[in-house]
Amino acid sequence: MVCNQGCELMENILSIATFIPLVAAIIMGLLLRGDDKSAQENAKWLALTATLATLLVSIAIIFGFDPNNTGFQFVEEHNWLLGINYKMGVDGISILFVMLTTVLMPIVIGACWNVEHRIKEYMMAFLILETLMLGVFCALDLVLFYLFFEGGLIPMFLIVGIWGGKNRIYAAFKFFLYTLLGSVLMLIAILYMWIVAGTTDIVELLNFKFSATSFDLLGFEISGGAQTILWVAFFASFAVKMPMWPVHTWLPDAHVQAPTAGSVVLAAILLKMGGYGFLRFSLPMFPIASSLMADFVLWLSVIAIIYTSLVAMVQEDMKKLIAYSSVAHMGYVTMGVFSLNQQGIDGAIFQMISHGFISGALFLIVGVIYDRIHTREINAYGGLVNRMPAYALIFMLFTMANVGLPGTSGFVGELLTLIGVFQVNIWVALFATFGVVLSAAYALWLYRRVVFGDLIKVSLKSINDLDRRERLLFTPLILATVILGVYPNFILDIIGPSVSTLVESLETFQVNQLVDN
Amino acid sequence: MEQLVLFLPLIGSIICGFGYKYVGEFAATAFATGLLFIAAILSWVIFINFHGPTEQIYIMRWIESGELSSFWAIRLDRLTSIMLIVVTTVSALVHFYSFGYMSDDPNWKDGESYKPRFFAYLSFFTFAMLMLVTSDNLLQMFFGWEGVGVASYLLIGFYWRKSSANSAAMKAFIVNRVGDFGFALGIFGLFYFTGSINFNDIFAAGPSLKSENIEFLWMEWSAIELLTFLLFIGAMGKSAQLFLHTWLPDAMEGPTPVSALIHAATMVTAGVFLVCRMSPLFEYAPNTLAFVTVIGATSAFIAATIGLVQNDIKRVIAYSTMSQLGYMFAAAGVGAYQAAMFHLFTHAFFKAMLFLGAGSVIHAMHHEQDMRNYGALRKKIPYTFVAMLIGTLAITGVGVPLTHIGFAGFLSKDAVIESTYAAHSLVGSYAFWLLVGAAAMTSFYSWRLIFLTFYGSPRGDIEKHNHAHESPFSMVIPLIVLAIGSIFSGMIWFEDFFGHHYNEFFGSSVYLSPENHVIEHAHHLDNWVKLSPFLAMTFGLVLSWVFYIRYPSWPSRLANTFQPLHSLLYNKYYFDEAYDFIFIKGSNALGRVFWRIGDGWIIDGGLNGLALRLIPYLTKLSGKMQSGFMYHYAFAMFIGLGVLLSWFVIKGVN
Repeated sequence: MVCNQGCELMENILSIATFIPLVAAIIMGLLLRGDDKSAQENAKWLALTATLATLLVSIAIIFGFDPNNTGFQFVEEHNWLLGINYKMGVDGISILFVMLTTVLMPIVIGACWNVEHRIKEYMMAFLILETLMLGVFCALDLVLFYLFFEGGLIPMFLIVGIWGGKNRIYAAFKFFLYTLLGSVLMLIAILYMWIVAGTTDIVELLNFKFSATSFDLLGFEISGGAQTILWVAFFASFAVKMPMWPVHTWLPDAHVQAPTAGSVVLAAILLKMGGYGFLRFSLPMFPIASSLMADFVLWLSVIAIIYTSLVAMVQEDMKKLIAYSSVAHMGYVTMGVFSLNQQGIDGAIFQMISHGFISGALFLIVGVIYDRIHTREINAYGGLVNRMPAYALIFMLFTMANVGLPGTSGFVGELLTLIGVFQVNIWVALFATFGVVLSAAYALWLYRRVVFGDLIKVSLKSINDLDRRERLLFTPLILATVILGVYPNFILDIIGPSVSTLVESLETFQVNQLVDN
Repeated sequence: MEQLVLFLPLIGSIICGFGYKYVGEFAATAFATGLLFIAAILSWVIFINFHGPTEQIYIMRWIESGELSSFWAIRLDRLTSIMLIVVTTVSALVHFYSFGYMSDDPNWKDGESYKPRFFAYLSFFTFAMLMLVTSDNLLQMFFGWEGVGVASYLLIGFYWRKSSANSAAMKAFIVNRVGDFGFALGIFGLFYFTGSINFNDIFAAGPSLKSENIEFLWMEWSAIELLTFLLFIGAMGKSAQLFLHTWLPDAMEGPTPVSALIHAATMVTAGVFLVCRMSPLFEYAPNTLAFVTVIGATSAFIAATIGLVQNDIKRVIAYSTMSQLGYMFAAAGVGAYQAAMFHLFTHAFFKAMLFLGAGSVIHAMHHEQDMRNYGALRKKIPYTFVAMLIGTLAITGVGVPLTHIGFAGFLSKDAVIESTYAAHSLVGSYAFWLLVGAAAMTSFYSWRLIFLTFYGSPRGDIEKHNHAHESPFSMVIPLIVLAIGSIFSGMIWFEDFFGHHYNEFFGSSVYLSPENHVIEHAHHLDNWVKLSPFLAMTFGLVLSWVFYIRYPSWPSRLANTFQPLHSLLYNKYYFDEAYDFIFIKGSNALGRVFWRIGDGWIIDGGLNGLALRLIPYLTKLSGKMQSGFMYHYAFAMFIGLGVLLSWFVIKGVN
């Protein structure tokens, strides 16, 4: 990279982006006093400014990023406490998740503009969460990654537990326990890796070949050996995060109880950590185990797609329906990742980014009418188009994006993952493709019950259409969904080279394994 | 110029849909209509000037991943140019017609702006349909394919206050998605075998695909047969062929101009277009082609039987559409793609006219659609009557036998029927006899429509009859234009599409294998074969006259005598009921089982029982730990985790 006067700044730019929100949160905590109107306003504006500043920095990052360099860029490394290395960097895969986070966070802050209960703490929770999420995607050290990864649980747990709905305690607990139980295994695996490889540096670990020699355990032969054991440990954590069937039941509960902004972050960004984890760790570090376990994951994914789509069809609660739909869409992601080919993985990443925008928008859509009528019951609505034409239009757009209509970003991800999986397992492709029929059924059925029909319910007679703030929140999401649908190469060009390197290395490993045997 | 044709409707749609608040309703809708007329004129210029080889016009990159690369592009060849004029001409006329038809609609309250929305949807539909027919690769085609599906969904559900319209819209979208499921798998499969989704590469791979096999659903398939079969599933959905046809009659819930444009002239023919476009693949798949013919002929026949007894004027024409689409598939299936395209082309004129004429009748009768409440309308709405009459003469195939003089349908439908016979195969003969039978029924139900509507004495609400009036000029002019097409389009283009020039006319856009001589055979058939559709038509006409003019009491007596048969036809063979029971109730029941038992009992019951009951129970035992604050739990968890971690570190290092 050419070094000029801004060099110093560019060298630490990832850290700058990551910690701007945290600094803002600390300032907020120390300096903002009182709970009156002006303090609340200050808290909101400070949060918004911080997230926008982060967005600007991340835009600078993407402009400085060279997609054809498949290594890590903007790398920074410092010694930290207790001998843990602080190492950050991005490649073609992680940079998009960074962008997803920074683009969505200002919208999330904007979505909580009307919250009044302990707004300062609420803002702080989101800002801290942003730092932790960015950290997850930038960390190049396993321990650092783990701290960010697990740390993210706490603010999210508080957001659900304090600002959530009636059953928030149950939901927060369930969310916390599921994800935590998943990560205990990952932590043990990290320790093992550190002991064996002697480092927690991700770049070095990517080049370290973990043993794949089969051994006996309690009479069972473990093919793939240590790799398989490690793979399973990481899988436990990422599968819960995604979430994959059958460890998905925490998600609908968490979504139902979470406040709107919490749901947006959860669906749009937090779920993607699982998929990111598969791509950063499971595939490149345990390639042999990954190819051994691929079919297993493919089948779990396709069960998720069919099963949760059918469940979504019979939901009476809007948020639950969209939550189940999220699980189904994450099924396409895991399916694409474990197709282990270019189209599958490209599609999985694209699907995650696209789902970030679409599901975020869908939860905002629910939030809009929840703010007005205070219920998520589908039956409490009907005929909203009579009084809310702009809302109806936006809801229609995202319904169509959610069912993967070509021309929206939802299509590209689904298409590529399906093309990817068709090449490795036709049965899985067959069932997964059938999922698009089911998704159309539940999504249109929801839309019809909420938006179409005559407006006869008394409670809805005076409901108002979107206000300026709400329109402003949806605008970037609409643009992203349509532009990425028409010209997906904004993403595909960035991830392409990195993914192709990953796929090539997987193939080499598989060939080597054949030679070894 | 091609780009203009493609994007003018999109521009019209956007400006009309979003800009009407600034320029006013009339200006917005007129603007969209004007752009459509420009597109239509340009299309005719393209069609008439096109003689050369296939052109590819690059617009922009689209999805690129590894060896998969797709472009936004226009493929201009004869097939495209035919579809361009069909789509833009009918669309422009329907836009124009809608000024009159939609002018005051009792479904809307005062002050509601429904017109710009309607025109925006129409223009958007046209854009999507043009994307479909101009595509140079399967993905862009799929874009158009789904795009027209959405436009159709929005327009069927246009009257969103009506529950029946909303249901019909959903049904159309979801049934089409079942077809798309096949189409999509076909695309994936083609990419798997050829590494490309661009037409040139795929077409070149036809011969090599013939020798490849693939295992699918426990069976060994020839790759080309399977892939073409999957693509045809998509075509069946879009073109409402048997088993995936149930959405089309319900789609009549949409405003009538929509039925004319989307559900008669253009979108529903996309399946036929797909098969013709893919002729370089289908030609190597004899079994799929046989299947196409069987489905087409059977659909044509079954739909015609249902059409015999329906009372809703639009539903009769809807079943007639399904039946005529069956004709097209039957022709394509025996390898006479040119005949299929010919019928597609002429059908667009007369079927659009029949629908627009029906719209004019409905408009005159204050949105009454039941033919039992019509009667004696020919004096009240004379222009409409003449238009419907011409449409009927065209669809039933009136002409001078053994010459090439006749209404459009006479030439194209006879071309189809003769092709099936000329195939000299078992499925060909099957199709031939069914199609001749269907021709008789087509004639019967089409004339029944005319007789019930325009002859006899007024029935039903006499007030409506008294107020019946001819439609405004904006509705009559499109009828006149389409009437000209219905009369002359067959005679003008017979030589090009099906006569001796067909090879020069179609050029490389349709591929015929060296063994395929169907059209040559069709030129030299026995006279009885050439006469049989005409005889069938005459028989249907006479029978209809006897039933509805001479002895009007016969139909109900016959219906009573053959009660079971009548209700079978009247209820459309109970397809809807069966599908509702199997698929809708079935999937809902399955969903409930998965939700309550799968998620509720097994997963949550199992895991939560362990985690959420046992752990709080243990903490309760320790008394003070139960503080009720969430974050206490959180910190407790972290401390616990820390202890666990330390234990592992110490143990691991030692």
